[in-house]
Amino acid sequence: MSSHTFKPDMPPPSKVFGPVAWMRANMFSSWLNTLLTLFAFYLIYLVVPPILQWAILDANWMGTTRADCTKEGACWVFIQQRFGQFMYGYYPPELRWRVDLTVCLAVIGVAPLFFSRFPRKAVYGLGFLVLYPIISWCLLHGGILGLPVVATSQWGGLMLTLVIATVGIAGALPLGIVLALGRRSNMPAIRVVCVTFIEFWRGVPLITVLFMSSVMLPLFLPEGMNFDKLLRALIGVILFQSAYVAEVVRGGLQAIPKGQYEAAAAMGLGYWRSMGLVILPQALKLVIPGIVNTFIALFKDTSLVIIIGLFDLLNSVKQAAADPKWLGMATEGYVFAALVFWIFCFGMSRYSMHLERKLDTGHKR
Amino acid sequence: MQMNNGSKRQVSFNDPVVRALLFQILIVAAVVTMGWTLYQNTYTNLVHRGITSGFAFLENSAGFGVAQHLISYKEADSYARVFVIGLLNTLLVTLIGVILATILGFIVGVSRLSKNWIIAKLATVYVEVFRNIPPLLQILFWYFAVFLTMPGPRSSHNFGDIFFVSSRGLNMPAAQIADGFWAFVVSVVMAIVTIVLMCRWANKRFEATGVPFHKFWVGLALLLVIPALCALIFGAPLHWEMPTLQGFNFIGGWVLIPELLALTLALTVYTAAFIAEIVRSGIKSVSHGQTEAAHSLGLRNGPTLRKVIIPQALRVIIPPLTSQYLNLAKNSSLAAGIGYPEMVSLFAGTVLNQTGQAIEVIAITMSVYLAISISISLLMNWYNKRIALIER
Repeated sequence: MSSHTFKPDMPPPSKVFGPVAWMRANMFSSWLNTLLTLFAFYLIYLVVPPILQWAILDANWMGTTRADCTKEGACWVFIQQRFGQFMYGYYPPELRWRVDLTVCLAVIGVAPLFFSRFPRKAVYGLGFLVLYPIISWCLLHGGILGLPVVATSQWGGLMLTLVIATVGIAGALPLGIVLALGRRSNMPAIRVVCVTFIEFWRGVPLITVLFMSSVMLPLFLPEGMNFDKLLRALIGVILFQSAYVAEVVRGGLQAIPKGQYEAAAAMGLGYWRSMGLVILPQALKLVIPGIVNTFIALFKDTSLVIIIGLFDLLNSVKQAAADPKWLGMATEGYVFAALVFWIFCFGMSRYSMHLERKLDTGHKR
Repeated sequence: MQMNNGSKRQVSFNDPVVRALLFQILIVAAVVTMGWTLYQNTYTNLVHRGITSGFAFLENSAGFGVAQHLISYKEADSYARVFVIGLLNTLLVTLIGVILATILGFIVGVSRLSKNWIIAKLATVYVEVFRNIPPLLQILFWYFAVFLTMPGPRSSHNFGDIFFVSSRGLNMPAAQIADGFWAFVVSVVMAIVTIVLMCRWANKRFEATGVPFHKFWVGLALLLVIPALCALIFGAPLHWEMPTLQGFNFIGGWVLIPELLALTLALTVYTAAFIAEIVRSGIKSVSHGQTEAAHSLGLRNGPTLRKVIIPQALRVIIPPLTSQYLNLAKNSSLAAGIGYPEMVSLFAGTVLNQTGQAIEVIAITMSVYLAISISISLLMNWYNKRIALIER
């Protein structure tokens, strides 16, 4: 019996392998493609080198005052000097540890939820959701345990942006779920009320809602009763956002097959129990990515509180750039703010995409 | 044994019909009570503050200047006229933004699917950068960091002595009606009528005999040749008035103020990033089998794209595209951040501060946006219904 020994495979022809072949296939496959590639390189040449030159090569990194910015490029000294204001607004500098502690608590508190093996996740999450707002309010606002009071008018910077965004979504979620259930209800009166509410808030821009909450809310309330500016803005944001959350949740409710509703009814569950135990757990799981997306939109929208005079990150930057000591620093300030917003939004959108893939176990056939 | 049926049914809380009725009555009662309380509170507040409600203030003279008005305006004109100016400016921004964002969005969206690696990557970078930065920040950036830092009119950026970009905005030639204008309009109408007739005839012949006709090229030729001939005979339809530098500013021509430029640029760039994603997912939703089927029927690349891919992709693209248009219309209100005189900054800002008629002004503003939203969505729903898949 003779045994066959195979010759080793030939290497692939050099025309279909290696960087040159790859470039030929992906960048220069036809005259049109070659033209496009050259055009793209020209665009990159137009945009990238000047930006690099301005932001890094010619930039001023060291110093304390405007006079230290001697080179042509960006003056990052401005950002360094005003960093505290951008992050905390007018929060007293000696009390800023309280904000840091609040953020640390949030990170530590949320971290276990990201481990899939953590026991009793639901109970823990619910407890966290109830306890954390109370703790953070005590820490940020003070007034008890000997912590000096910091009025909300002193809050600002990135901290205020985060406060508005998180409170906004936390308040809008339950309201949005109720509205979505109402919109799918069999009772015409409830459906009409919910549809009107949702379509009204979705039809008007957030700016007019903020205007309304700052100008009209005091007129709506009984005499003598008044909220502070931040709370008024928060009420506006929550009402506005709940309409968007409701539409996202409705999408989830519609995606649940009718059989699930019928099965729940066949088990003898009433409306609330069939919703709470059967429908909502599945529907909410489906819409988590959508909710993260509305949160991103809300996060970007928080910049609008500039219109009613709250000092969030963007307004802090705008104000710092108007400081006579730092005139002409608008570009640096806005680029910095854009970078911060971009990091948050991009991070969240990646997370939402990851969730979408991870949770994609549903009713697709 | 007698059943306890319909006519003798007891009214019980366990009966779902009764319960539903009760719930609805409760909800309606709650809504009505809330509305009534709000009305009462507002009424007493207004009386105590000495504000007279009503829309009579619209007749009063405004007494302030407006930076950009599409219709003639004097400081002595009424608030009602200010409202119309604000509304027109909002519509102008929305219209320009929708057109430009659609073009840019389609280009970027198709580029993301390009087989050319570097073009696809560039489009991805564009989308990821611009949709993750708040639109208000982009508007402020373009306004304060780009347009206001431009050189003054005397050392403006000059594009072929036709366009001038400076810190005062964009100066461009103004079109003015010349002798041949009406003849030109008539010739364009004639050309269009001819093209429609030509298409009808060509379609009829194609259905009857199967002989194709170069509708597109012949139509294009007709559209170019007829008006051109007319312009030769009757003279140029438009006369261009060039902007010229005199002293410290430009005289003549049209000027687009920097607020308008910053706003439309930012909104276009921001919305186009979203439209690009919509276009990309729409095209990707048409399965590759459709392309293969079209090719196997003998259609070449062009007709495949025109007759097979695009009609199917549009069905997926139109509904989310509508909501992007709505977002753009609503985002135009961000102009309040830079003081471009549109609805919110002009009417809900300046007029509200001057008159103190908070309820009326906010109500008018909100209903305008509601009306714009509802009409855009009605229009797009009608279009969507027209092109939607008719399932058999």
